[in-house]
Amino acid sequence: MEEKDNLITVNIDGQDLQVPPGTNMVEAAAMLGKEIPHYCYHPKLTIAGNCRMCLVEMGMPGKDRATGEPMLNEDGTPKVMWMPGPAIGCGTKAAPGMHIKTDSPKAIESREAVTEFLLLNHPLDCPICDQAGECTLQEFSSSHGRGYSRFIEEKNVKPKRTRLGPRVTLDDERCVLCSRCIRFCDEVAGDSVLGFTDRGSYSTLTCFPGKELANNYSLNTVDICPVGALTSTDFRFKMRVWFLKETNSIDLETSVGANTVVSAREGKVYRVKPRRNDEVNDTWMTDSGRELYKTIESEDRLLECSIGGVPASAQDAIAEASSVLQGGGVAIVGSGRNSVEEQYALKAIAKSTNASAVYLVARYGEDDGILMSVDRNPNVRGALMTGLIDALPEEQLSGLGAKIDSGEVTTVLSSQEDLLAAGLSEEQLGKVSIVYLGTHRNGTSERAKVVLAGLTSFEKSGTVINQQFRIQKYSRVVPGPGGAIEDLYALAMIQANLSGESFASTVGSIWKEIGAEGTPLAGIAFQSLSDQGQLLDSSAFDHIPFKEGKSLHFEPKQEAVAAE
Amino acid sequence: MPFVIKRKPLNLMEKLYLPEIARGLSTTFKKIWEKPVTLEYPEQRPTIPEGYRGVPTLVRDPEGREKCVSCQLCEFVCPPKAIRIVPGEIPEDSEYAHVEKGPKEFDIDMLRCIYCGMCEEVCPEEAIWLQNQFSMSGYSREEMVNNKDKLYELGGTLPDEHFKWNKKKDAAAKGGGH
Amino acid sequence: MEINPIVLKFVYAAVVVSVIMGLCSYAVLAERKISSWIQGRVGPNRTALPLVGGIPILGPFLTRLGIFQPIPDGLKFLFKEDVLPGHVNKFYFMMAPVISLVPALTTVVVVPFGRFVNEAGDVVPLVLANVNVGLLFLFAISSLGVYGVVLAGWSSNSKYPFLGGIRASAQMISYELAMGVSVLPILMWVNAPGKEGTMNLFDIAVAQNGFWFAMWMPLSAIIFLVCLFAETNRLPFDMAESETELVSGFHTEYSSFKFGLFFVGEYAHMVIGSCVFTLLFLGGWNPLPFVTLESLGMGQGILGAVLSVGIFLGKMCAMMFFFMWIRWTLPRFRYDQVMKLGWTILLPLSIANLILYIFIIYYLDTGL
Repeated sequence: MEEKDNLITVNIDGQDLQVPPGTNMVEAAAMLGKEIPHYCYHPKLTIAGNCRMCLVEMGMPGKDRATGEPMLNEDGTPKVMWMPGPAIGCGTKAAPGMHIKTDSPKAIESREAVTEFLLLNHPLDCPICDQAGECTLQEFSSSHGRGYSRFIEEKNVKPKRTRLGPRVTLDDERCVLCSRCIRFCDEVAGDSVLGFTDRGSYSTLTCFPGKELANNYSLNTVDICPVGALTSTDFRFKMRVWFLKETNSIDLETSVGANTVVSAREGKVYRVKPRRNDEVNDTWMTDSGRELYKTIESEDRLLECSIGGVPASAQDAIAEASSVLQGGGVAIVGSGRNSVEEQYALKAIAKSTNASAVYLVARYGEDDGILMSVDRNPNVRGALMTGLIDALPEEQLSGLGAKIDSGEVTTVLSSQEDLLAAGLSEEQLGKVSIVYLGTHRNGTSERAKVVLAGLTSFEKSGTVINQQFRIQKYSRVVPGPGGAIEDLYALAMIQANLSGESFASTVGSIWKEIGAEGTPLAGIAFQSLSDQGQLLDSSAFDHIPFKEGKSLHFEPKQEAVAAE
Repeated sequence: MPFVIKRKPLNLMEKLYLPEIARGLSTTFKKIWEKPVTLEYPEQRPTIPEGYRGVPTLVRDPEGREKCVSCQLCEFVCPPKAIRIVPGEIPEDSEYAHVEKGPKEFDIDMLRCIYCGMCEEVCPEEAIWLQNQFSMSGYSREEMVNNKDKLYELGGTLPDEHFKWNKKKDAAAKGGGH
Repeated sequence: MEINPIVLKFVYAAVVVSVIMGLCSYAVLAERKISSWIQGRVGPNRTALPLVGGIPILGPFLTRLGIFQPIPDGLKFLFKEDVLPGHVNKFYFMMAPVISLVPALTTVVVVPFGRFVNEAGDVVPLVLANVNVGLLFLFAISSLGVYGVVLAGWSSNSKYPFLGGIRASAQMISYELAMGVSVLPILMWVNAPGKEGTMNLFDIAVAQNGFWFAMWMPLSAIIFLVCLFAETNRLPFDMAESETELVSGFHTEYSSFKFGLFFVGEYAHMVIGSCVFTLLFLGGWNPLPFVTLESLGMGQGILGAVLSVGIFLGKMCAMMFFFMWIRWTLPRFRYDQVMKLGWTILLPLSIANLILYIFIIYYLDTGL
């Protein structure tokens, strides 16, 4: 943090405020709880200053030109020399003694004029516009608009269904030419494809010739679009935003763990949007991560538990799974997609079944240096922290295959992992009794003796530990299918059956054990975990050669890179 | 502030009570010979006054275009949550492609509807109207849910003169107002 | 052919009871129609019998009049579900409607409906039991009817019926006094010294060949009439039911046929009450004061009998109409007003009335 001495005192609407150097007036006013309306300014992008909505009145303490002495009022206060014209709040950096007025008649008049200009050609599309309800133009029109139009000429007509890319549709009429999307593509996504063509009222947002907005971050342009010009083709016309209930969640696509907010109505998820976390993902997330909600209602979803292929109640399936696991020769295949709580419960099961080995299945993909890391498992570090594993997992379960072949392992408990995909052969699976706890049908679930239908991350609460060793929590957005059981509950019941002792079965209660004194996760509790997550001490794992490379807000440890 | 209504003291005749009873009897006796005010319902129908809030319906404009653009404001404002809309996109080859959005499904549960008329008030497209039909009945719950077809059948055509969306189409044809 | 007189009595009884019951069911229709007329409505006008209703002009006319309405009304009482609440005292609960109806029908026994003058010139009263203590019998039996109400209220084991029953008993006691006292002048007049002592209702009717008692003793008539309303639980005295306060009063818990019995019982009480008032105050079957059937020369034989019964029933129906007319004119009294009226006005008034007539009759007898 800035030292106290470095702070600059500015005066906003008569209130003195100390801000760090470089703070612009929009942010400074926000610190006082005052909103300076703006369209083009975005805290994570460069300042363009082209919407002119944030006009404020600005003045500096006057100095005598001859002597350089400060000019004073009669009562001894510094005399403020107000500038004759308004200044844009976003482009005005704090300077010592600066005075601004956000609600003076001149500022208000400027704002109303800008609003009127923006509305001149803006179509009356609100009834069919997906942005309605979360549209800044709509909001500022009601707070800073004049309420009627003096424009009697014909409005501009522009293309309304332009396909910018596979996931983004542009309605050019609605565009207020703020250029946020252009700056985003240039500065964050690193894929310059957007630009304005033509001048004046002909100005149009277009892709460069022969290119399209197809990068994996294209939907962020929809999020930052202050109006309804850029719309998500997936979410287009699906649901009005005022029906949506928003729940904080985490993108479990990779080990970055981008913070998200999931919008759902009546048990159905409609979209996933990024949530600002300046330490992890700023205000961005990947397009691929937004698609994850479609797994909830996919065709191959497991909707009920079964024993030997016959549908069974959850209670029966848990009892059967417990008795299968009591047979001995147990190996456990956990997952880097499990939550910390589930991994903790798996570890307890491994202990009470005297499991010969515990495996995780590694998934690696390409690194894009922004929000897609190499490790496609969101929670490998959780497995390390809970002690489920003590080294990086392998992509193939050849060790387990060997143990099955030798007859050492006769029972496998798999949580969310398809053993066939992880390198075991059908023949090997035929030799063992499998208890499968997962959300979707696959080769393993078809061969499993007991299938426990679990919940997706949208249907349960939990925590994950990302590549920075930041523990972050996600909450339940929608209820799961009627026949499914919460993974943690199923594991806790199995553990209780195996050990004969009760085992915490809820996310809230299990943290009394996970976060107990003396453990690596001491002092953490699900309920009190902040929405921004909490950074953990990772020094115990410095020796492990994590594969993640540099990405937004993440620098790999030097030792790890060296070991690589 | 509370105030007291003074009762007029009874005079002698009133105190005797019987004369007053006789007066009452004569009043009711006269009433016997008056014409009944009953409206014998299924045969006789009441005249529906202007602005009556009957069954909510969807209307088309004189060209036959469905006016609803499925903005779902009625669904939002509906106090008993009687309205259910599944929005849909108007295909690009449609005559009304410039409207872009229309309802795919539109259900009003008449068992829930309270005829408050807020849907009509909130509708930005003047597409939903509470018209003069006042009696809805059915043998099952499903029957009491008016689907889109039923709503248009009940609603008919609104003699609308604005053609808001057509103006836009015309402007586009003329070169877009530049 | 000789018919056993006991069998004959049974036949008569059956005939009279069925007539009374028919009167009751049409009284219900009359009540509904009169209330609707007074309130500017149409009343029952839809029920049609398949064949009769199809007759041109007459069928629709009768249908509009609601003539067929009592049939479904009665069937409804028979066929609706009979709910026996779990919390009631079952024996008394089932007894109550019977106890309420039976006294009403029993009193019919002593009520003469007319008279028949045979060829020998003897005047034979048309009555089931021409007992000498008719009026006393009538008062004795009809006041048993309240037991039905009280029993229903108590055995229902629920608060509203209970309050209804309590009110009914208190009201009955309060008004029976005034009622009895108000009739005493008539008995004094009828049993004037030198005459054969009688409480026979036929004799009382015959005593009104001249003045009707309603003219001769108007105060008695008014007091009796008011008490009659109270005794039959008719508005404005239907404290036992008073829907606005007690849901349905004593019969709140009753349904189906048992409720039907109460319902019929109420109208039977009304029918009997109207008969008694006609006999005591309205000159029985005399067409007009000072005009008898004999003086019109139509008193003989079957014609005379039919005329007398007709006139009697006509007066009775007028009384029934009056009962209903009052019901749809006056609002219900408050309970304390009922008590106050009974004890502080009607009772002293009837006693004063009695004393007045004692003196009048004394002076008339002693020739002033």
